[in-house]
Amino acid sequence: MTPPPAEGTIVAKPAATPAPDSEVQAETAPAAVRVETPLRRFIVDFCDSPLALFGLAVFAVIAFIAIFAPWISPQNPYDLAQLDIMDGRLEPGSQSMDGKTFYLGTDDQGRDMMSGIFYGLRISLLVGAGSALIALLVGTTLGLTAAFFGGRVDSVIMRIVDLQLSFPTILVALMILAILGKGIANVVLALVIVQWAYYARTVRGSALVERRREYIEAAQCLALPNRRILFRHLLPNCLPPLIVVGTMQVAHSISLEATLSFLGVGVPITEPSLGLLIANGFEYMLSGKYWISFYPGIALLVTIVSINLVGDHLRDVLNPRLQK
Amino acid sequence: MTVYLIRRLMQSVLVVWVMSLIVFLGVFAIGDPVEILIAPDADQIERERAIIALGLDKPLWEQYFIFVQNALRGDLGRSFVFNEPALRLILQRMPATLELAITATLFAVVIGIPLGLLAGLKPNAWYSRTIMAGSILGFSLPSFWVGLMLIMVFAVQLGWLPSTGRGETAMLGGIQWSFLTVNGLRHLVMPALNLSFFKVSLAIRLTRSGVRETILQDYVKFARAKGLSPTRVIGVHVLKNIMIPVVTVMGLELGSTIAFAVVTESVFAWPGMGKLIIDSIYVLDRPVIVAYLMIIVFMFIIINLVVDLTYSFLDPRVRLGESKA
Amino acid sequence: MSLAAPASAAAAPAAVPATAAPPTLEVRGLRTHFFTRAGVVKAVDDVSFTVRKGKIMGLVGESGSGKTVTGFSVIGLVDPPGRIVDGEILFHGQNLARLSEEEMRKLRGNRIAMIFQDPMMTLNPVLRVDTQMIETVLAHEKVDKETARQRARDALGQVGIPSPDERLKSYPHQFSGGMRQRVAIAIALLHKPELIIADEPTTALDVTIQGQILFEVQKLCRDSGTSLMWITHDLSVVAGLADDICVMYAGRVVEKGTVDEVLDRPLHPYTRGLIGSVPSRNVRGKPLVQIPGMTPSLLNLPRGCAFRSRCPRADDACMSEPAITEPLPGREIRCVHPHLEGAA
Repeated sequence: MTPPPAEGTIVAKPAATPAPDSEVQAETAPAAVRVETPLRRFIVDFCDSPLALFGLAVFAVIAFIAIFAPWISPQNPYDLAQLDIMDGRLEPGSQSMDGKTFYLGTDDQGRDMMSGIFYGLRISLLVGAGSALIALLVGTTLGLTAAFFGGRVDSVIMRIVDLQLSFPTILVALMILAILGKGIANVVLALVIVQWAYYARTVRGSALVERRREYIEAAQCLALPNRRILFRHLLPNCLPPLIVVGTMQVAHSISLEATLSFLGVGVPITEPSLGLLIANGFEYMLSGKYWISFYPGIALLVTIVSINLVGDHLRDVLNPRLQK
Repeated sequence: MTVYLIRRLMQSVLVVWVMSLIVFLGVFAIGDPVEILIAPDADQIERERAIIALGLDKPLWEQYFIFVQNALRGDLGRSFVFNEPALRLILQRMPATLELAITATLFAVVIGIPLGLLAGLKPNAWYSRTIMAGSILGFSLPSFWVGLMLIMVFAVQLGWLPSTGRGETAMLGGIQWSFLTVNGLRHLVMPALNLSFFKVSLAIRLTRSGVRETILQDYVKFARAKGLSPTRVIGVHVLKNIMIPVVTVMGLELGSTIAFAVVTESVFAWPGMGKLIIDSIYVLDRPVIVAYLMIIVFMFIIINLVVDLTYSFLDPRVRLGESKA
Repeated sequence: MSLAAPASAAAAPAAVPATAAPPTLEVRGLRTHFFTRAGVVKAVDDVSFTVRKGKIMGLVGESGSGKTVTGFSVIGLVDPPGRIVDGEILFHGQNLARLSEEEMRKLRGNRIAMIFQDPMMTLNPVLRVDTQMIETVLAHEKVDKETARQRARDALGQVGIPSPDERLKSYPHQFSGGMRQRVAIAIALLHKPELIIADEPTTALDVTIQGQILFEVQKLCRDSGTSLMWITHDLSVVAGLADDICVMYAGRVVEKGTVDEVLDRPLHPYTRGLIGSVPSRNVRGKPLVQIPGMTPSLLNLPRGCAFRSRCPRADDACMSEPAITEPLPGREIRCVHPHLEGAA
């Protein structure tokens, strides 16, 4: 097997400090006195693991590629005018009819795989991160509501959560898409429905602990509006577990989207995500034309693993039991 | 114990009822039921007649009532494509899926627990770090991707194992099984391995954290103070305590393994119920979809029940607690 | 290695008043250190004592004084990051610190047994009592299962558990705390060990149960000639039970001798403080005496005597590590200013 050049481009820049990190640093900078804020300690702890930093750097590169795909891709894979069917299924490194090099080969339509992967990353990240974010908003709101109001509200919401979580994600998503049909919006909807319960359960769990603390009582005594107590007092204190779950869920939803698209019930063929690219190349793989499936697969792998490396370390750093 | 059993059974009935409502509303109310239940080539008069025959002119609650009545009789509709009762169609494919899922669970236990034990006993050794890194991969890699890689390496490059189908099967108890023939086993290995990938990682993690927790317990130190051999301390005192959560989770996961078989069956063209449901979604064979969903719900409820009972059997403390309750 | 190692330490075999029989256990200059990320914790630092044959030796100290680690060192169950770095543990003259793990395993539960502090935690919750007893028998002797079961039954009877046959088939959670500790003691007795290390075995129990167990243990030792190393923080237990006493503070032995002598006339300020802290009828109404301050962290012990900061007699002389001295016959202490006033 040839070493995947796709990874090479990513590995090339590990030294560059990842963008998200420096943003966080900038936020703490105004504090002239070097007090140990939770954020600063978190950053110090996080930088403890070279592996997690590497994951973050890799993810930054991937996010960059996804965002700037139209500007850095050699070709627009959606523009049929740029494709030549004569370039179909070329091996990685071959030349096109008009002399361009296809570093990662081409698919059956003569599409440059590298461009396809760049655009596919865009769709995958958009769907994955987008649905995780919406699910986070929905789940957090419902989880906080359940914890704060308790009683019947709590039991209704948590029954639904329990019911939802007792079924595997893939099954629920499959059923929703079976009813609604393909399409990016439908995939996002399905992923949100599948995921909100995780956030709701996480937030409720930590909010229940926080709710008994005295500062919430104090806020209630001050007759602050519920909304303010919920989001300004309760929520910030539930953030650490939420960040961990959120990170993991982004990876999970990217993976789930890829699976659904691979099964042919996800995104439409006009806007292929990584999963669909892999599915398209599947039939050629048995005849030895591995690259049509293989390289999108590597891109997917690197994306998911890098997020998981970050998430795994976040869990260690933010684990309240270890912070003593 | 009986009270507990009855309470659990009533919970289960409630969940089945809720799910039937959701499925009914999802498939029969959101989509156009006429499109779903009547062959597309029917003319206007046939359609009218069918609508009345199927009771689609009746109010929604009555339709639901009829749906439940039929379901209770085991009638979940007929497949458009195969023109067979949907239920029978699914039950025919079920053994293949069960065979795959159970083999995968077996792999998970046989591979995952020893590796987890190893990683838990020597957490800083190089091989433990390797095992744990591998388990992160097992958690994060989409299983269809792993399946593709397995095919690429073992079927295409090395040509050791076949990539599609069940291979030869042999009859046992009136059902065809792959594991009874050598050829069938060769077909079974790769899909089962693929399906078990996630579960192996899970078993590793559970076992490892269990070991790490248990070896710090006083009773393990006491067992060592009794002069027991390390094999016995680990094999009996540590492992028996760990087996409880691991077995519980593995059992609970059997349901999700069956659900995830959808992916593996699609990759390896394994003729189980997962492949059937995907094919049915392509051609919008909705009675099959409904039947599949109801059966899965039912299966999940039974699995959860069995796991709860196993748990109480394995852990004497739970057993006592329940009998008092 | 400790920089403050006194020159006399290695050369001080515990001088116990003339006893004919050789001691069961003789510990010399034991050092057990824990190599943690935060630094080296000298949990046991230059500890020497003797357990005489058929006698009970009380090892007394506050929590964190190193007494439990001493016990684990003797039976060879110090886990990483901890390690015995120096010293000899002579069990009938054989140095246990040099034995291989397998040789040590053959001694454990057989000739040396241990009883743990919390009876709720020492028995495996998922194994029946008979399993846990029979495996102990089989670990050291090649007998058939029925014989092993018979032995287990006898041992349960010996520690005063009624209807042992029935009890054998029970799980630990079906026993009360006192009963569990009896089971643990029965397990320790299975092979008629020459030495039992008991790590605060009665601390977690009710006072009445504690009394029963103490009584039984004392009887068993008398009857079978077993030596006992009784680790505790409770001086009143030691006073009624032990023959010899050894007081530990911050990983070191500060005073040792026979129980009568040490309790009657403590020489070390710490021992004196400990005895003064025991509430008793005689001083009712008066405020209880207490030792001010807290046990120092073993991670960074102050220079010199570890008790210096809490000691009413401390002065500049205490800035250097006090050596072991024997101001009275059979009485060893580690103090520059012992309470020798009015001594003969």
